[in-house]
Amino acid sequence: MTTATASHDDHGDHSHHGPAKGIMRWVLTTNHKDIGTMYLWFSFIMLLTGGVMALIVRAELFQPGMQLIRPEFYNQMTTMHGLIMVFGAIMPAFVGLANWMVPLMIGAPDMALPRMNNWSFWILPFAFGMLLFTLFTEAGAPNFGWTFYAPLSTTYAPSSVTYFIFGVHMMGISSIMGAINIIVTILNLRAPGMTMMKMPLFVWTWFITAYLLVAVMPVLAGVVTMMLMDIHFGTAFFDAAGGGDPVLFQHVFWFFGHPEVYIMILPAFGIVSQIIPTFARKPLFGYASMVYATSSIAFLSFIVWAHHMFTVGLPLQAELFFMYATMLIAIPTGVKVFNWVSTMFRGSMTFETPMLFALAFVVLFTIGGFSGLMLSIAPADFQYHDTYFVVAHFHYVLVPGALFGIIAGVYYWLPKWTGHYYNESLGKFHFWMSFIGVNVTFFPMHFIGLAGMPRRIPDYALQFADFNAIATVGAFIFGFSQLIFLYLLIKTIRGGEKATDQVWEGAEGLEWTIPSPAPYHTFAEAPHVK
Amino acid sequence: MNSNSSKPDNRNVNKPNNTALKLVLAAIAMFGFGFALVPLYDIFCEITGINGKTAGQVERVEQWVDTSRTITVQFITTNNAGMPWEFEALQEEVEMHPGAWTQVNFWALNPTANDMVGQAVPSVSPSVAAEYVQKTECFCFDQQTLKAGEGRKMPLIFSLNPDLPAHVKKVTMSYTLFDAGAFAK
Repeated sequence: MTTATASHDDHGDHSHHGPAKGIMRWVLTTNHKDIGTMYLWFSFIMLLTGGVMALIVRAELFQPGMQLIRPEFYNQMTTMHGLIMVFGAIMPAFVGLANWMVPLMIGAPDMALPRMNNWSFWILPFAFGMLLFTLFTEAGAPNFGWTFYAPLSTTYAPSSVTYFIFGVHMMGISSIMGAINIIVTILNLRAPGMTMMKMPLFVWTWFITAYLLVAVMPVLAGVVTMMLMDIHFGTAFFDAAGGGDPVLFQHVFWFFGHPEVYIMILPAFGIVSQIIPTFARKPLFGYASMVYATSSIAFLSFIVWAHHMFTVGLPLQAELFFMYATMLIAIPTGVKVFNWVSTMFRGSMTFETPMLFALAFVVLFTIGGFSGLMLSIAPADFQYHDTYFVVAHFHYVLVPGALFGIIAGVYYWLPKWTGHYYNESLGKFHFWMSFIGVNVTFFPMHFIGLAGMPRRIPDYALQFADFNAIATVGAFIFGFSQLIFLYLLIKTIRGGEKATDQVWEGAEGLEWTIPSPAPYHTFAEAPHVK
Repeated sequence: MNSNSSKPDNRNVNKPNNTALKLVLAAIAMFGFGFALVPLYDIFCEITGINGKTAGQVERVEQWVDTSRTITVQFITTNNAGMPWEFEALQEEVEMHPGAWTQVNFWALNPTANDMVGQAVPSVSPSVAAEYVQKTECFCFDQQTLKAGEGRKMPLIFSLNPDLPAHVKKVTMSYTLFDAGAFAK
């Protein structure tokens, strides 16, 4: 352990022992760094799993007509792709980053509830094991889309739906416990002098995200419980024959679902807000407005859910309310984009891989935001609804948005985690292949969507063939370039140029005051923040 | 950095702290709130008048009849997927003054070899007219049980409240018939 910059690590004698040996280290660990690492690897495995499913979908859509798979299996692939990417890849990756970085950024020795932390991770492999094994059952995997609208997911569901419901329950419990842990850590374990308004933005955005999780994951648990009761216990929440209402499903689901999409983007806002100041060598422009903008987005997320349901037959007043409320979100989001750009303005920028991913995030997320603004126009949405335009929109905010944010964060903190710099040329190669791949995949979907190609259909009319072929080529470029990332990660863990403690010239914050690689125990004694 | 004597002020682990407990309770409350949303959506829409659902059974009152205008009321019947009954309105449409009471008959026949239970679910278009539809009798209020091969004439007695907005010239009343065997009372 280098003592020059981390004298505070050498005080308590308990900080000298390292991790236990063997597999039980990982099973029993309560160390936030170990758990963070496990979350990140788990989500990377899920990313590749969900990615393979996406490639199966894209391969089938390469040409019109049915070539490779049966329509029933196609539906299972789109459903499982969505579920695994949302709940298995993006969300656990953010929790992993929070586990690693929140204690380091606020000067805490660990997460506040370490045993619960262990539990919330170890639930996940079982939840997804249960979800994935349905692929090998006779009934097949869930096939009703990741939004699992009733009655498709109740009356007409395959029998594997029950495993899906329990899987969602388990991953929901995991997310709620993770969120509670993060809130308790942030509220109680900040180093002296680390006031709320001095917290790094990644901590702030996660703090707000954690509240969203506590508020809406239980509603998701409620809605799948209602499904369970409708399927097995003779209730009629969503069955009109028994006095229920299928539209109710959509209302309750999207009451969870819209905050959920911000759960998947706010931490990425935080990561980008850490990275841009570092590589622009300027403090973040408008720190306080960033905090307030994030809070406003979180608040607005609760009152816009029905913009997913413009075509269900809402009364005019409701269409107008949800349309205007949705458009309001563009204001705080615009504040954030403005602040990122202003941070870069007249900065002395360099373009290392994390910065490249962060810049791509700002540009491409904004494109996704604009198509979202188009979708928010209720009368226009009747045209766009359930077309590939929607697919293009949410992939632009989730892939070059959330996922690029995560990848940027991994590149940014990787030298701190491993003690080695990654290979910059390989990182840039990964970036450019991903950047090109993602745009070749998703940009044409805007056009075929506006031309009227519906989502979730395994076959399509001839006029959509060219753009679909292009999108498939892009998807394979994007998918396989993630193997570069895997190779780079393994290579960096095994060795490489020794990283300095500060890692990046312009990096500021507590996490850069500890040695690289971060010792197993950090901040056993609290640092003082001025 | 700091000396051991200056205890960090906000990380004193001995201080009782129930943040986690409060958050667990909040999560449990939100689980309950998910279920509370089921009636809350209805209540909210009723209060704001954007429900679009027809009210239940009302008492017949003799009310002012607005003879100055005539509304066309159309009847549509739909069978939900897999419902084998014959189901139709015996009149396609009626012309009526707001405030006047009218009876329309519907016909249902169970052509299968099994006794079945059906439930009709009403809907009104345009939805602004829904709250002005007053029904004293409707086959949709109750489940309809038909023996194998049995047919039945089913009445609907209703009026339109004279306060019906002036721009509404035509009202469509739609009934969707569901197989309610699983929910037979």
